[in-house]
Amino acid sequence: MSGPNTDYDPVEVTPLKADEVEAARDAALAAIESAGTLEELKRVRTEHAGDRSALALANREIGALPPQARKEAGQRVGQARGAVSKALAARQAVLEAEHEERILVEEAVDVTLPWDRYPAGARHPLTTLSERIGDVFVAMGWEIAEGPVVEAEWLNFDALNLGADHPARTMQDTFWMEPPENAIVLRTHTSPVQARTLLTRKPPVYVVCPGRVFRTDEYDATHSPVFHQVEGLVVDEGITMAHLKGSLDHFASSMFGEGITTRFRPSYFPFTEPSAEVDLVCFVCRGTGLDPAVGTSVGASGSTAAEPTSSAHGSCRTCKGEGWIEWGGCGVVNPRVLVACGVDPERYTGFAFGMGIDRTLMFRHGVEDLRDLFEGDVRFVGAFGTEI
Amino acid sequence: MRAPVSWIRELVELPADVTTEKLTDRLTMLGLKLEAVERAGGDIQGPLVLGRVLSLAEEPQKNGKIIRWCQVDVGDANGTGEPQGIVCGAHNFAEGDLVVVVLPGGVLPGGFAISARKTYGHVSAGMICSARELGIGDDHDGIMVLPADAGQPGDDAFGYLGLDEEVIDLEINPDRAYALSLRGIAREAALGFGVPFQDPALRATPEPNGTGYPVVVDAPDGCPVFVTRTVTGFDPSAPTPRWMAQRLQQAGMRPISLAVDVTNYVMLELGQPIHGYDGDRLSGPIRVRRAVEGERLTTLDGVERTLSAEDLLITDDSGPIGLAGVMGGETTELSATTSHVVIEAAHFDPVSIFRTQRRHKLPSEASKRFERGVDPLLPEAAADRVAELLVAHGGGTVTDGVTKVGAAPEPRSITIPTGLPARVTGMEIPAHTAVANLESVGCGVTVDGGSLTAVVPSWRPDLNDPFDLVEEVARIVGYDKVPSVLPAAPAGRGLTPAQSLRRRVGRALAGAGFVEVVSFPFTGPAALDALGLDEDDERRNTMRIANALSNEQPYMTTTLLPGLLETAARNAGRGQPDVALFETATVTLPRGTVAAPILPVDRRPTPGEWDDLQKALPDQPLHLAVVLTGERERTGWWGPGRAATWSDAIQAVRDVAQVLGVEVEVRSASVAPWHPGRCAELLVGDVSLGHAGELHPKVCTAFGLPARAAAAEIDLDLLLERAAPPSGPVVSSFPVAKEDVALVVDAALPAGELAATLREGAGELLESVRLFDLYTGAQVGGGKKSLAFALRFRAPDRTLNDEEITAAREGAVALAAERHGAVLRG
Ligand SMILES: [Zn+2]
Repeated sequence: MSGPNTDYDPVEVTPLKADEVEAARDAALAAIESAGTLEELKRVRTEHAGDRSALALANREIGALPPQARKEAGQRVGQARGAVSKALAARQAVLEAEHEERILVEEAVDVTLPWDRYPAGARHPLTTLSERIGDVFVAMGWEIAEGPVVEAEWLNFDALNLGADHPARTMQDTFWMEPPENAIVLRTHTSPVQARTLLTRKPPVYVVCPGRVFRTDEYDATHSPVFHQVEGLVVDEGITMAHLKGSLDHFASSMFGEGITTRFRPSYFPFTEPSAEVDLVCFVCRGTGLDPAVGTSVGASGSTAAEPTSSAHGSCRTCKGEGWIEWGGCGVVNPRVLVACGVDPERYTGFAFGMGIDRTLMFRHGVEDLRDLFEGDVRFVGAFGTEI
Repeated sequence: MRAPVSWIRELVELPADVTTEKLTDRLTMLGLKLEAVERAGGDIQGPLVLGRVLSLAEEPQKNGKIIRWCQVDVGDANGTGEPQGIVCGAHNFAEGDLVVVVLPGGVLPGGFAISARKTYGHVSAGMICSARELGIGDDHDGIMVLPADAGQPGDDAFGYLGLDEEVIDLEINPDRAYALSLRGIAREAALGFGVPFQDPALRATPEPNGTGYPVVVDAPDGCPVFVTRTVTGFDPSAPTPRWMAQRLQQAGMRPISLAVDVTNYVMLELGQPIHGYDGDRLSGPIRVRRAVEGERLTTLDGVERTLSAEDLLITDDSGPIGLAGVMGGETTELSATTSHVVIEAAHFDPVSIFRTQRRHKLPSEASKRFERGVDPLLPEAAADRVAELLVAHGGGTVTDGVTKVGAAPEPRSITIPTGLPARVTGMEIPAHTAVANLESVGCGVTVDGGSLTAVVPSWRPDLNDPFDLVEEVARIVGYDKVPSVLPAAPAGRGLTPAQSLRRRVGRALAGAGFVEVVSFPFTGPAALDALGLDEDDERRNTMRIANALSNEQPYMTTTLLPGLLETAARNAGRGQPDVALFETATVTLPRGTVAAPILPVDRRPTPGEWDDLQKALPDQPLHLAVVLTGERERTGWWGPGRAATWSDAIQAVRDVAQVLGVEVEVRSASVAPWHPGRCAELLVGDVSLGHAGELHPKVCTAFGLPARAAAAEIDLDLLLERAAPPSGPVVSSFPVAKEDVALVVDAALPAGELAATLREGAGELLESVRLFDLYTGAQVGGGKKSLAFALRFRAPDRTLNDEEITAAREGAVALAAERHGAVLRG
């Protein structure tokens, strides 16, 4: 490096001329601006900000200027280099962002491609519905009781006040195990679990029992020799029919929505007295009997007691225009049942109820043919791969 | 029970605003549930009028038929008052006869629309109707010719023919036998609307005497009351009055002859089944006795029946002439020539009738009533009513003789606290309401302090217990008044562990791609044969159903596989060959053939009795079974699919065991219905859970399954019992040391066994061992295979050093060499 040249006229040094510095700066900025890729920017950086660039050379010349000129020239060149450096950084950031974006764009896939490589499984709706029913009662502190399907005649009938010569036995078409004199049957209802529960637990008893039951019905769209019931039994001090109503109303609203309640109609079961049929307010039309899809045009025409002949079009399909759905049977536990199970009928009263789970599933979920429940078609069960 | 509304209204004067709908609503809420309301002529549209045949001209036709061209006066019903020209094919009427005419615009049953149409060279403007065409009878003898006093031409015929009659069909529960009569239904209607009821059975009847048809009752337990009355000089050709025939039809019974129709009519009216005998065909006294075992009787339906010693019989000197209370015999039945009618109105023991009816599979209108309980005070009134109607419509004389053997039992009385109905129902029911309601059903009630005593009316054999009275009181107050109160259950313990675990098992399998199915638990020899079970296979030890619906499936199944395989085949048949199914259900495993005791019901069974009862029942363990067919993983844009194999079936059980926290051991086995070389036994310790693997090719063929279907079946109860949550798992944060070893062993050595050896030999530092490669081929030589395992070592408290790791690995390899001759592959 040469020493300072005191004769050197800074104005005469070309690279340090103000316009030359500006021109170099402007050329650099323009080149930066036009760099379209990171590679181009790299070349621009070398050319305009590298060691051999005009501004770098000018910077190198500053030291050769007389002291009085250095300050001004240094400032000028420094500003120009600063502007170029900043522009480079800014452009670098922009181009890098663009580059990353482009890679992501190039990596795009068709997200609509299916990934049904592993077929989905599903639990049977009878299972999930039984569990849901159980959960409603477990949430109230009840427990789930169980019993065998191949059952003693005594438990299926006699203990429930259905003696051998009771006419109500003909209501229950029973499968008998060979030889019939061995007094073993396929349970015709879940009610033997009532007796089993009372014989194995001390009151207070609050249980439900979902399970499989059997009747000698021919198999068709609405009948099956195998079907499912849920039994409820409460035995405690001071239990009344009002508690039965309260429990079933709660059950109804839990299963079918707020405001859906039940109605009792007198009926007959040997194991309950008084006995009642349970009707459910139709959860589709909410008791109006009118098809909600048809809406106000029918509803506005008059009362809910539409004429039977004219209601065919606008009547609710779920309840057939009745406003009510038959749901099951219930009643106050017959004291004779308590006696047969060793429960003191003077101290305890109870109630019991039974509903068809298959039927509930059918009307709750619009299943038209009962046989769908037992044919195991994966399309049917698969449609119920949900909690219900 | 079908009841014409007009008949009900005849027996009880209902308020004017009580429509049929209100009536049936009220009856339903009283416990007589409405099944349907029918209108007798509901499918007929008018104009349907009376017409008088003014003239008729017979016109032979080319087809050999002779038609009648009639001029019929239909009054002003046709709008003109002119006679109506109608072509008629029947010949059973004459000029001047009154007939039923449907005019153009009318519609007959079956949607048969009537219009004026050209036929046989005339324009026939309407039709002269037969009973058959109107759907009110099956008279084949031509058109209906009405009595001259039936009405005037042009009168509406609906009313006359009973076609505007509403008939309600009520479901009668077995406890309400009294409502199997108009008397009972009318009584309910009366109490439902709070109007007085005139009991049609309350009639003055002549005192019994010794001159009636003689009766001997040898079995008073089966026949407490037997009444006979006799009508002589009866005209057997007398027709049944139209109103009576209509009511019988409306109630669902077929009119037969006046004498038979009267007995049926009185049964419908009062509820007392009546039997009529041709008195000229009876020989000697009527005798009621039990049958002799093997005795024979031909009943009215023409069937010869072999009797049991329990059957209650009606006999005369000729032998059996009827199954008491169920069905009469052929030899003494009322016939077209009967002029001497002996009327039987008896009371029979419900149990005896029930058993006989069941034994002979002979339910009848009579047995239906007797087995549920008929009013024992009815026989005299009913017999008297029959005699009255016979004579009124068939002439003759009621003879003075009145036979009555036996007597109705004294009425029962039941005492309850007056507050019981309120205490049981949770409704506010004051004592006076309880009394009034019991009185309205016919009880005589007396109140004594805090209790009331109800004398049960004779027609209510169902009222025996205090709670029976509660129901009577409550249903009249109205079940809609029962308040809704949630009972406060004590704190519960939630699901039992087994209940929770069962849900977990189902979710695990569904999560693994299995679809749950529910099958019937029935099977048969063909299905067990199709599984290829040996003759002595314990799964052939089944419980048999005495009255199975199908001869092919008379057994309770011992295995879930038949149902599951059939379901898989059904799916394949419906175009779904790739399925993975599971089922959890109990199977029935007999324990011998001990009878289940019929225990007393007046006390709790003793522990011994309860034990005996439990022991008589079969074992009913919960099983789990899976079946897989076709592809387990589908073919797709990602590449080829993967067929389900034996390993998927085994893995399903492992998946289940894993969520239960149980380690399942897999051993090679050879059991039907599996492929003998691709079958695994699944064990927990020494306890065998069941088997899994590929199904035998013959089984796939027999069930129509895709080839190489795989299946598993285990006793799920055994697995659930062993479920255990993890106890104190330790997760070390020190580094892992990974060592791979490839061992060459005999091809027959199960990989599971070798892995167990490595685990044992590696000692405590081993964290896991996992098979990652299996090789057979030239490099290892014939009869050998190479198994490559990844071993992971880790200590809970330190970083392992090289010496420790090497020692552990070498320990594993050494034990494998010692035990299985395993050679480390170079
Ligand atoms: Zn509805």
